[in-house]
Amino acid sequence: MVGNLKAEGAYVVYIGMRSVRVGGPALCRADGNMAEYSAFALLRNALSGNRDWKQAWRKPEPKPSYDVIVIGGGGHGLATAYYLAAEHGISNVAVLERGWLGSGNIGRNTTIVRSNYLLPQSTRFYEFSMKLWENLSHELNYNVMFSQRGILNLAHSPAQADDYIRRGNAMRLSGGDAEWLSAEEIGRKVPGVDVSGSARFPVVGGLLQPRAGTARHDAVAWGYARGADRRGVDIIENCEVTGFLRDGDRIVGVTTTRGEIRAAKTAVAVAGSTGRVMKLAGVDKLPIESHVLQAFVTESLKPFVDMVVTWGAGHLYMSQSDKGGLVFGGNIDGYNSYAQRGNLPIVEEVMSEMVAMFPSVARVRLLRSWGGVMDMSMDGSPIITTGPLPGMYLNCGWCYGGFKATPASGFSFAWTIARDEPHQINAPYTLDRFHRGVIIDEKGQGATPRLH
Amino acid sequence: MRISCPYCGTRDVAEFTYQGDATITRPDPASTDQNTWNAFVYDRANPAGKHSELWQHSGGCRTHLVVERDTVTHVITSVAFAGAKRKPVSAAAPKRKAPARKAATRGKAPS
Ligand SMILES: Cc1cc2nc3c(=O)[nH]c(=O)nc-3n(C[C@H](O)[C@H](O)[C@H](O)COP(=O)(O)OP(=O)(O)OC[C@H]3O[C@@H](n4cnc5c(N)ncnc54)[C@H](O)[C@@H]3O)c2cc1C
Ligand SMILES: [Zn+2]
Repeated sequence: MVGNLKAEGAYVVYIGMRSVRVGGPALCRADGNMAEYSAFALLRNALSGNRDWKQAWRKPEPKPSYDVIVIGGGGHGLATAYYLAAEHGISNVAVLERGWLGSGNIGRNTTIVRSNYLLPQSTRFYEFSMKLWENLSHELNYNVMFSQRGILNLAHSPAQADDYIRRGNAMRLSGGDAEWLSAEEIGRKVPGVDVSGSARFPVVGGLLQPRAGTARHDAVAWGYARGADRRGVDIIENCEVTGFLRDGDRIVGVTTTRGEIRAAKTAVAVAGSTGRVMKLAGVDKLPIESHVLQAFVTESLKPFVDMVVTWGAGHLYMSQSDKGGLVFGGNIDGYNSYAQRGNLPIVEEVMSEMVAMFPSVARVRLLRSWGGVMDMSMDGSPIITTGPLPGMYLNCGWCYGGFKATPASGFSFAWTIARDEPHQINAPYTLDRFHRGVIIDEKGQGATPRLH
Repeated sequence: MRISCPYCGTRDVAEFTYQGDATITRPDPASTDQNTWNAFVYDRANPAGKHSELWQHSGGCRTHLVVERDTVTHVITSVAFAGAKRKPVSAAAPKRKAPARKAATRGKAPS
């Protein structure tokens, strides 16, 4: 076991090296021709009445053909287009979005960014993503408001504490950051949590990842969109893909509500709509179920909690937004759904968990709640791969953790599309891993999508 | 969402446990064909629209049900006892299937 963990330690060096390389050119790009937003530009535009700002992305008409089509203008599709242009020089690219940018899960999530995973494939992938996050505002010259306020997983039993500490050790061995906090330390750091012995679910300690945090989700979509657009990518909104064009077995483009568009390579990144879109290509079955996840925001409060806190006696994660609202969520509803709304039992469950964790918020009013459709995979891990048809590339299976993955997903998917082979970080996330028995099941939950 | 259990009546969905796609059938246990087992364990049609799915009334009579539900609107069009719909998996199954189901249902009357 120790030998194994040591072997994984090699990734530290690997991730470190990659991040330097990825971070390096990005810095130059942002400082060079891309610094459209700066203190100087702000001043100049203020003096000219703010009339000269350029639109963040154009609204082009679709061309008849492109080198690459990316279906889905969510975080992953936009990041993919951005990295295709920025890292591989492929800018004859169209992103086709059914609605408006940000209408999918990229604009619906609870914005948590973390890399506190157990399995080596996961820590490697999400640590890589974390490194990209740390430089993202700079790279995109767009403030994505990435705030490394930390994430604290509360443990409520000695067995759970052991389990969390094991995960913390795995994170540290693979180059991540993790700290164990005692109940007293938690009481000081997060005064709202009931750490008394008389709590309904006593807190025995907690695992803190200091580098984790939150980001402004819309800004991530807009920042990648602008970065891609400025490099020549066409972002085409209100353009729903309704079918695929084929030449024999090969996918050679798509039919859309705005006409036919051809491409040498067609990439699918439609998250919760994966089942629907892949059926259009004749792929009738996938190791994916679509489920609905709800999220909630309260009225604004004065600063109350300055990190992301998760509750281990059930399933709850919460943070306080810069506007002051508590942003939180829990389990998915737990049945197949393509509706962007859920049912009341989960609302009740999440509220009761919130009050068990923070008794003082019982009378805070809820402002809004909403739902998003999750592409739940059979092992809880994503799929980023070439195929399954010639000329096609597939990115899906994000469950409810795909926001934090946005940079690494886009980076590795772009790599896969450009080179027709996976990057080292997404090599384990194949579609045939289920068939080969090399699933990546963080929770050890088995083929039950509703439990991942 | 509420589900009308044919035994207990209409109940809150919170009383039920979801068990997924009801159209997949367990391969013959003697089969060693990897594709068949892979399809059974992992591959799902995941339709947007009409979905036939298994629920257990775990907070009630504990019966397994086959529910026809639309995954886009959440509208439920039919609920039936699972035993009545399941196809036998081997030659031995049909002999005990139907009577066993009925007896079990009666025996589990809620107090
Ligand atoms: C309530 C909620 C909370 C979440 N919380 C977190 C969190 O805290 N941390 C985290 O890491 N992750 C979280 N997630 C998960 C994360 O948001 C998703 O995994 C991720 O956003 C999915 O990738 P995406 O951004 O590309 O998806 P999306 O934004 O959904 O993009 C897919 C796009 O494809 C488009 N599309 C679909 N069909 C077609 C078609 N036929 N033609 C053209 N376009 C099409 C859709 O309109 C959509 O815009 C949460 C999700 C939800 C719903
Ligand atoms: Zn019943």
